[in-house]
This record gives sequence, structure tokens and C-alpha cells, in this order.
Amino acid sequence: MASLNINNASKSYGKTAVLHDVDIEVDEGEFLVLVGPSGCGKSTLLNMIAGLESVTGGSIEIDDAVVNELPPADRDIAMVFQSYALYPNMTVAKNIAFGLEMRKVPKAERQKAVAQVAELLQIEPLLNRKPAQLSGGQRQRVAMGRALVRDPKIFLFDEPLSNLDAKLRVEMRTEIKKLHQRLGTTIVYVTHDQIEAMTMATRIAVMQGGYLQQLGTPKSIYDRPANTFVATFMGSPPMNLIPATVNKSEAAVSLSVSYGDGKQSDISVPADVRPEQLVDGQEVLLGLRPEWFELVYSDGATSDAGARAWRFLHEVTITEPTGPDLLCVLNFNEQTEVVVRLDADAGVEAGDTIELSALLEKAVLFDKLGGEALNNTP
Amino acid sequence: MNAVIDAGAIADTVRRRRRSHLIGRIFIYSGLLLLAAFFITPLLVMLMTSFKTMPEIRSGNLLSLPTSLNTDAWRLAWSEACISVSCEGLNGYFWNSMKIVIPAVVLSVAFGALNGYVLTKWQFPGANLVFGLMLFGCFIPFQIVLIPMAKTLGFLGIAGTTPGLVLVHFIYGISFTTLFFRNFYVSVPDDLIKSARIDGAGFWRIFTRILLPLSWPIVIVAIIWQFTNVWNDFLFGVSFAAGTDQPITVALNNLVNTSTGVKAYNVDMAGAMIAALPTILVYVVAGRYFLRGLMSGAVKG
Repeated sequence: MASLNINNASKSYGKTAVLHDVDIEVDEGEFLVLVGPSGCGKSTLLNMIAGLESVTGGSIEIDDAVVNELPPADRDIAMVFQSYALYPNMTVAKNIAFGLEMRKVPKAERQKAVAQVAELLQIEPLLNRKPAQLSGGQRQRVAMGRALVRDPKIFLFDEPLSNLDAKLRVEMRTEIKKLHQRLGTTIVYVTHDQIEAMTMATRIAVMQGGYLQQLGTPKSIYDRPANTFVATFMGSPPMNLIPATVNKSEAAVSLSVSYGDGKQSDISVPADVRPEQLVDGQEVLLGLRPEWFELVYSDGATSDAGARAWRFLHEVTITEPTGPDLLCVLNFNEQTEVVVRLDADAGVEAGDTIELSALLEKAVLFDKLGGEALNNTP
Repeated sequence: MNAVIDAGAIADTVRRRRRSHLIGRIFIYSGLLLLAAFFITPLLVMLMTSFKTMPEIRSGNLLSLPTSLNTDAWRLAWSEACISVSCEGLNGYFWNSMKIVIPAVVLSVAFGALNGYVLTKWQFPGANLVFGLMLFGCFIPFQIVLIPMAKTLGFLGIAGTTPGLVLVHFIYGISFTTLFFRNFYVSVPDDLIKSARIDGAGFWRIFTRILLPLSWPIVIVAIIWQFTNVWNDFLFGVSFAAGTDQPITVALNNLVNTSTGVKAYNVDMAGAMIAALPTILVYVVAGRYFLRGLMSGAVKG
């Protein structure tokens, strides 16, 4: 177990910079997930932590010691690759023991360690097979065994589940999380799958274009995205971004939202946005997750909408039942489509006009120009 | 549209298709058999002639079978035939060729593998340029390098010796073996190397423990290629080896050209067979790996 400090790390190939001043601190036993679209620099950062890529600027510290110049083998880390990277010419047992062999661990100890790991991952019957004779899931387990057997300070995972089929992926996800709980080792995990990030991480680092966009717990990333990129990248369907204009006078500040056909609402500003941050006529985006809407039944009774709700009537364009939920798509105008997540039994159909109440106390307000969130998150 | 299907018409079509398929097959196979016969005939004639006696050759047809398996010609070619002034047969030259081929093949394959490994897995700035230049070596005709090579060998003091010839073949072979190994190793995933580095293996350990065990198909290809090329070489042999150090190809030429009275076709043919046997043997033993190795780089992901 170890802590990991990434201090203003940057990376460039010649004149092309691929990573800009990334600053992340990982405490002992944390499960950090680096998430972002392909080409965002997350795998480069992981390779830099591993020592497979040099660090162009800043530093990387493991247990408060700078490891910039240390070769991968001396960093006491283990890595699981997307392609598993099992040595094709060796049996599973030899694959797992190879790292120990290179570190001159005596044979008896090696065998003991392999047996232990095999038991932990339930791969004992596979020990004498070659990687080519294993299924994808089995290879994945062996790759994890190879990492586990050395008992390293930090585990690095590079999209380890993306080569598995959907069902197996969910199973292995749970299994890795269980393993983390049991062993308590520090883990840095790279994925482009935001669901994997949400379900496994203790903290998520969202990256794009070589920049760290936001670092926080899954809940804070989901509820309080720092900018519109994070808001739309995390969550499926993504956060709704509804254009609005600031109305500001001496006495009060409010937002006016138009939702098609000249319909317009005047709604209050989210509580954690200070009025002095806004100017009159400023273009903003109101960020609302699909589940932050509630259906208002015709009798007028809503379930705990609160005072800060925004009520409006709108026609449903399309419904998409997902099983547990019913997704309703509302067309505010040409550019703005709003997706609302309702109860599967809501009984709403395409063409219905429904009354909705948006939970404004959760809403996030973004500056339309910069895309930065205006909320003052504690 | 007629929805009713005419069963008779379908059966008819099927029959017609089958017949045209059969005709096609007959055409293909007869063509192949003809070509195979065409290619094997010279070898058969050589083999048959080598087992005949001289009177049989004079009286008989080129394509007739020998009346008995007479091995005199083989014995003569191996140990008694006259090559220029000495009459000791080909056997000394056979071993000369072995002494040239084995070190030249081992060295060029080993260095080719190493070059391929460095060019793909330890990329340095300009690696592709270096590879391009090495590739250039594949296209330089033998004749062009004769004089510079002779100068170099003279400078090194190994002109006209077996080590000199080994050096020539070793250097000439590196271009090809590097090309083979480089293209093979490009298809080996880099993650394997990264993983081994994290596991604590260094440059040589990764090469010997991870890459070499995967390389046997391409090693076989390189060995066959180098073995046949070096063994069959005549030009370098005749230019850079002198007297009793000459390889078997040069000796065979001399044997055929050294005539005392009657031309002994059976001995010439036996000599040619002896000179060709090692390469035939290499193909028969390792030939199927040859094709597999040539394909593997292209097919494996």
C-alpha cells in the first residue's frame, strides 16, 4: 500500500503536448479511476506512473519519493493491460511467477505465492495451461494474478475489461471492487467507460484533451460537474443543458428559460450560485440530470417537489422504456432536447402532454461561453 | 412473379452446376500434374543418370530407368573424381561448404533477430531510417560489391580464407534476416514487452525469455533462406576462396570442367546431386514451417 502524488505532470512528444500539468494526489488504499474519451491522455498518464513513458514536466511520487527516473521494475507497481499481455510461450503458473523469478525469489516461495493467488482468483485448474487455451475471462484473471502475486505498492489497470463481453465485464467489475476492498491496495484504473468509473472508484479524475477536467468522488462528479464536458460525459443519458438568460435587477435575480413555442418560465437561481456572479442578460446553461425531474399528476399533488421547483407543461416526443425506467424525450426547440427519467409505470406515451417539476435545488448552472460551472461547491 | 417452385428445374440446375464444377476440377488438376511433371523431370533425369553406368548412358534413352542401382558414380564423385589437379572427389569441398554455411547462417540469423528486436521494441530516433538503409542491402547485386569486398577482406587480412567467406555471407545475409525478424516482431504486441519490463526483465531477458520462444517460425524461415543462399552461392565462393578452401559449388563446376578423355555424365550428375542434397533436405524437413512462417507475420494480429 502506498500513496501516489502526481505533481503538475506533463508530457509532450517533441512540440506536441499531450498532457498538461496534471495534479492528482492519491491516498493509501484509494481506487482512482482516470476516465475520458480516447486520446485524452489517460493511458499516457498511467504509462508515466508505470515508468513506461518518461515524464517531461513535473514529478510523480510514490510514498513521497520522486520516481521520475526510476525504471518500471524498481517502482514496485504492477500493471494489468487491456490485451492482458500474457507471455504466450509460458504456462499460466510460469506467467504468474515470472515477475518473482526476475526478482530472484526462491522457487519454493514462488510456488507458494502462485498457489495462493490461484486460490484467490479460482484459477487453480488452469495453472498448467498456455494462454492460448484460455477464454477471455480466464486470461483476465491470470493477468490479475500476475499483478497480485508480487504484492506491489500500487496496481495499475489499463482498460482491463474492454475486451470482455458485456456480462463478463459486469462480473469482473464487481470482482475487482471486491478485491480492492479485501486487499486495500492503492489502485489507479484507466477506462473510457463512465459506468465503470462511477461504480468502482473512490475518486474519479475526468480528463479531456490532455487536461484534468475534474477530480472528485463519483457523487460529486455526477451531481456537481465542474464544466459542461464533465456534465455530458458522465451519466447516461447525459445531463440536460437547457439554455437560459439571466434577469438581474437591483432587487432580484432570476433565470428565464424558454421551452419552445414561445413558452417561457421565470425561475430562481440555484441556491449555491451567488447573485454577484451573474450579470443581466448573461447566457447560461441550466444543467439538470434526467432523474431530477418529477411527473406532476393531474390532481396537483407532487411528491415533495420543494419550493425551488420549476413546473412546466410539455409534449413528449418519444418514450424509451429501459426496463427499470421510462426515458421521455421532450423537444424544447431545434437545438435543445431534454431527456427525463420517469418511473417505468408512469404510463406516459409519446404525444402526451405532461406536467413536470424540475428539482432546482440540485441544478447546476454553467456559463454558456466558458462552460464552467457557476455553483460554489463546498 | 411465379411463387411456385419448379422442383425439376432446380434439380436440373444443380446437375448442370455439378458437371461444370467437375470439368473445372479436371482442368485444374491436369494442369497441376503437368506442371509438376515438368518441374520434377530434370531432377529425375539427374537422379537416374547418376545411377547408370557409362555404357548404359551411351546406349540408352535419357528418360529410361537405370537397369540396376549402380552407386559407383556416387562413390567416384564423393572421393575419387579429379577436380583440377587433385583427384580426391567432392567430399573435402562438401565439408568446406559446411564450414562456411553453418557459422554464416548462425551469425546472420542471430544478428537479424537482434536487429529486428531493437528496431521494433527499443525504437530509437531514426530507427526507421536505419531499417530503410539495411533494407537497401537486399537490393544490391552481388557483382557490385565484389571489388570493395575484396579490398575490405584484404585490409582485414582474411582474403582467400574460410573466415573471410563467412564474413561476406554473414554481412550480406543480415539485410534479409533483419527484414524477416523486424516484420515478424512488429506483429508482437508492445504490451508484452511493457509487461515484461514491469516484471523486472531487462533487454536480454525479454529477448531470450519472451521474444525468442515466439520466434521459431521466423527463425526457420531465416535459416532456410540463408542456408540455401549461402550453400548455393557461386560468385562469392569463386571470388573469395582459393584452392582447397573452395565451397562445393565451385568444386562442382571444376569437376564438370575437368575432363580427361570421356565425359563421365554419371559422375557429374552424382556430384550435382551431392551438392544439391543439403538444401533439398532442409526444405523437406523444414519446408512446411517455411510457408507457415512467411504467412504468420501477415495473418497474426
